[in-house]
Amino acid sequence: MTTSTGARIEADPTLPVIRIVRDFAATPMQLFRAHTDPDLFARWVGPDGMATRIRHWDARSGGAWSYVAARDGQEYGFHGTFHEVRPDRIVQTFTFDGEPDGVALETLLFEDLGDGRSRLRTQSLVESIEGRDAWLRSGMEVGVDQGYAKLEALVAGGHV
Amino acid sequence: MDPVTDPLSKVFAALADPTRRDLVARLSVGDATVGQLAAPYDVSVQAVSKHIKVLADAGLVRRDGTSHRRPVSLDAEVFDMATAWIERYRKKAEERYRRLDALLAEMNDEREDDTA
Repeated sequence: MTTSTGARIEADPTLPVIRIVRDFAATPMQLFRAHTDPDLFARWVGPDGMATRIRHWDARSGGAWSYVAARDGQEYGFHGTFHEVRPDRIVQTFTFDGEPDGVALETLLFEDLGDGRSRLRTQSLVESIEGRDAWLRSGMEVGVDQGYAKLEALVAGGHV
Repeated sequence: MDPVTDPLSKVFAALADPTRRDLVARLSVGDATVGQLAAPYDVSVQAVSKHIKVLADAGLVRRDGTSHRRPVSLDAEVFDMATAWIERYRKKAEERYRRLDALLAEMNDEREDDTA
């Protein structure tokens, strides 16, 4: 399933994979820095209204990362390892501290489109299609939005 | 939530099979009986009927009665739900990337400042 505006997303129906493609008005090296410099990364990764605090950061092949997203005294930690860090790609693992047995393998590709533009392709491989779908549902963030409430109403009403 | 009984997991599990995805694609064009659905395939009506049962259990299709002559129809509401989840996830990613846009714009400004 894809859409034409902004980030394009695809949840593969046969593989436990989520793919996202997004273009940026920046060079691949700038995109790479925004993903590997901890101070820069902390400024964009967290949801709006949440502060990101880096706990550990070693953006080299074989290194590791860890950060906490915090809001109103609630903290959500994430950690993983950098499997491969190169100017054109990052391969890393991703685990939510609240679900320590779960791990996603993320591949990020930085592609030069010329004229100071670049394309970011991300792929998240999780352990099962069920796990992927749970991931899609949770959105890794806090709170219940209208869509969630609507779904729960559908489920509660016996429509699904 | 139990992944086996969780509704959305059932939806995606039902859609994991290529024949069932094809059946859904054809039903998105219009209702059809199991016999009509089975016609293009090199499989029995019974096999298609089993696929329809899996889709029905996941809430993706509706069938009034069990007769093969009764038409099968898509349950659009469930599809909207699955689409909604993915769209919600996409929006979160897009929000994150807009913050990245802003940061990259600042990085561009800094670079121009450096060269000025």
